[in-house]
Amino acid sequence: MAEITYLEAIREALFEEMDRDANVFCLGEDIGAYGGAFKVTDGLLERFGEARVVDTPISEIAIVGAAAGAAHMGMRPVVEMQFIDFIANAYDMLTNYVATARYRAFLPTPMVVRGPSGGYVRGGPFHSQNPEAGFIHTPGLKVVYPSTAADAKGLMKAAIRDDDCVLFFEHKYLYRRIKGEMPAGDHVVPIGKARLAREGTDVSIITYAATVYKALEAAEQLEREDGLSVEVLDLRSLAPLDDEAIDATVRKTNRVLILHEDTRTGGIAGELTARINERCFEWLDAPVLRVTAHDVPLPYAPSLEDFVLPQTADVVLAVRRLAAY
Amino acid sequence: MARMGTARSGGRGTRKNAATPPAAVQEESVTLSDAQRLELYYWMRLTRSLEERLVNLYRQTKVVGGLFRSLGQEADAVGSAYALERWDVLSPLIRNLGSMLVKGATPVEILKQYMAKADSPTRGRELNIHFGDTDRGFIGQISPLGDMVPVMAGVTLTFRMRNERRVGLVYVGDGATSTGAFHEGINFAAVQRCPLVVVVENNGYAYSTPTNKQTLAAQFIDKAPGYGIAAEQADGNDVIATYEATKRAVDRARRGEGVTLVELITYRRKGHAEHDNQSYVPAGEIERWERENDPIARYLARLRESGVSDETLAEIDARVIREIDEATDLAEQSGAPEALDALRGIYADPAAERPLWFREGKGTVVDAHERPEGWGTFDAPAKGAD
Repeated sequence: MAEITYLEAIREALFEEMDRDANVFCLGEDIGAYGGAFKVTDGLLERFGEARVVDTPISEIAIVGAAAGAAHMGMRPVVEMQFIDFIANAYDMLTNYVATARYRAFLPTPMVVRGPSGGYVRGGPFHSQNPEAGFIHTPGLKVVYPSTAADAKGLMKAAIRDDDCVLFFEHKYLYRRIKGEMPAGDHVVPIGKARLAREGTDVSIITYAATVYKALEAAEQLEREDGLSVEVLDLRSLAPLDDEAIDATVRKTNRVLILHEDTRTGGIAGELTARINERCFEWLDAPVLRVTAHDVPLPYAPSLEDFVLPQTADVVLAVRRLAAY
Repeated sequence: MARMGTARSGGRGTRKNAATPPAAVQEESVTLSDAQRLELYYWMRLTRSLEERLVNLYRQTKVVGGLFRSLGQEADAVGSAYALERWDVLSPLIRNLGSMLVKGATPVEILKQYMAKADSPTRGRELNIHFGDTDRGFIGQISPLGDMVPVMAGVTLTFRMRNERRVGLVYVGDGATSTGAFHEGINFAAVQRCPLVVVVENNGYAYSTPTNKQTLAAQFIDKAPGYGIAAEQADGNDVIATYEATKRAVDRARRGEGVTLVELITYRRKGHAEHDNQSYVPAGEIERWERENDPIARYLARLRESGVSDETLAEIDARVIREIDEATDLAEQSGAPEALDALRGIYADPAAERPLWFREGKGTVVDAHERPEGWGTFDAPAKGAD
């Protein structure tokens, strides 16, 4: 079977789900006639028409709010944030309205908010963000962030079918760089399950999204140069977290590095560290370490961006330190 | 652009500050039957009396949270909601108890909700009249103002997509018109030709902030042309005028002619909530509205003028009190929610969260702590080493 890109995998999921269920529709800025800023929704308008591929005003509050209202009425809207950075505009609608709807009013709100996320693309402060941590903090939302093409498709299908709101982060660095074969048939990846990206016995790296590839590169280098066996756990799902898979890798290697592209303070690494501390304290042979972005807005110049974001060399350094502890 | 509002006296600045009660606009309805006109009175009276009962319960500390009154606004709530059909959907605000009653919410639900009972509409999760029922056609509000406009844009977008001849109505106050959500929602609904009626209840104050500190627009219907939508303005203390203006907007939406902004001019006679002493209100203003422009008194005079007997009206009053007494007895019998219910239904899947370890009790995770074999053995340094 031919390989398709991470981006094409997301598009394939949208086509298949819109074919399967007439209640699924897309809305967002420039998603119809233009096909989306990154062309994720390219071709949807021609296939499904204006009623199901809605070009909206530049109004993140209204787009998310309208999706919620439609979801209450039995629809399954898929919202595009042109860049995930703009999800901040809809923060109130997502956290105060959408996330609480089932709990406070027993209103089903099955909807997906998806959008291009992440850096390493010279996008600057407003086209490179990773705002996932703010949302895993909110009960009532689910958050996924795939790293492979197959997971991008399978998780999108799961997100659309989920009966609650799922935030679907797409890493724009991976859009066209990563390819994969799609499993045959109706390929759905369950939300809440991590993926073991590489098996190892000496040190575990827990990560997700684009930094999965930094971890894999580092693991290869460390095996080659240091004879270290590094395990890489790709979380895929950030809310809910796969505690079982996290515990299993910690108890296997006893040395843990948490790696993410998001900034450090208040990032998901802190939450993971706390969970590991609570449940696996006696299994650790070294303190849990973090490799993350520095706590600064993401700058544009390559020399600046590369310095701020975690790189493979940083991962190698951290794993060596853990192994030597 | 349609602008069918009834021109009103009182002058722009004065009216916006709610200092002067508007003069009554005497227009006889040609559409409502006698029975319907009495029904309007019943809903208004029920709204007022139910809130009076809630005040008693609040003073007895049986209402565990804040209490929000719509005293003086019963006509705008009831008259506007009455313009909808059973299959239409509205989203109320904190002063739309009357609208919810018209849409089928019951006094016992309201009382249980305020008293945080286990079998209240939200099982004790939300306060006051923050609840909904899509089957009866009302969707519960949240506290951030303006947010329901985008939500109702989506509800009515769905009606349009499915070719259903249903209409949505969303209430905002004068204060909420200043929010981004209001602007984005009304613009989105306008562009998408949603069958939505946006009712701005201009009651003079948002908490303590008077309308002239909320907007420099002379009147809220002036915002409609900017969105390319129709506008209606009515005396919100005249239940018939309110009904008729809203009905025109509803009919327009049902015909596929899109969004209408309806401004209803009224006055909030009580504070933001029961604790608010209204020290910011100019002396005499509340009393003047009460004396000269009480919506129920005005409507009563009109009903009597048209030949409705005092006996008929007294019967309605008695029925209202009987219903509220029965509802109070019933509501007081209900118990508080069971604590563990707090962990249910955050998601469809999983159905419930687990209590945290310090609440799980002995014999559970608090005591059982799995450890690797040999953990905790003290590795004494070899004798002779430094």
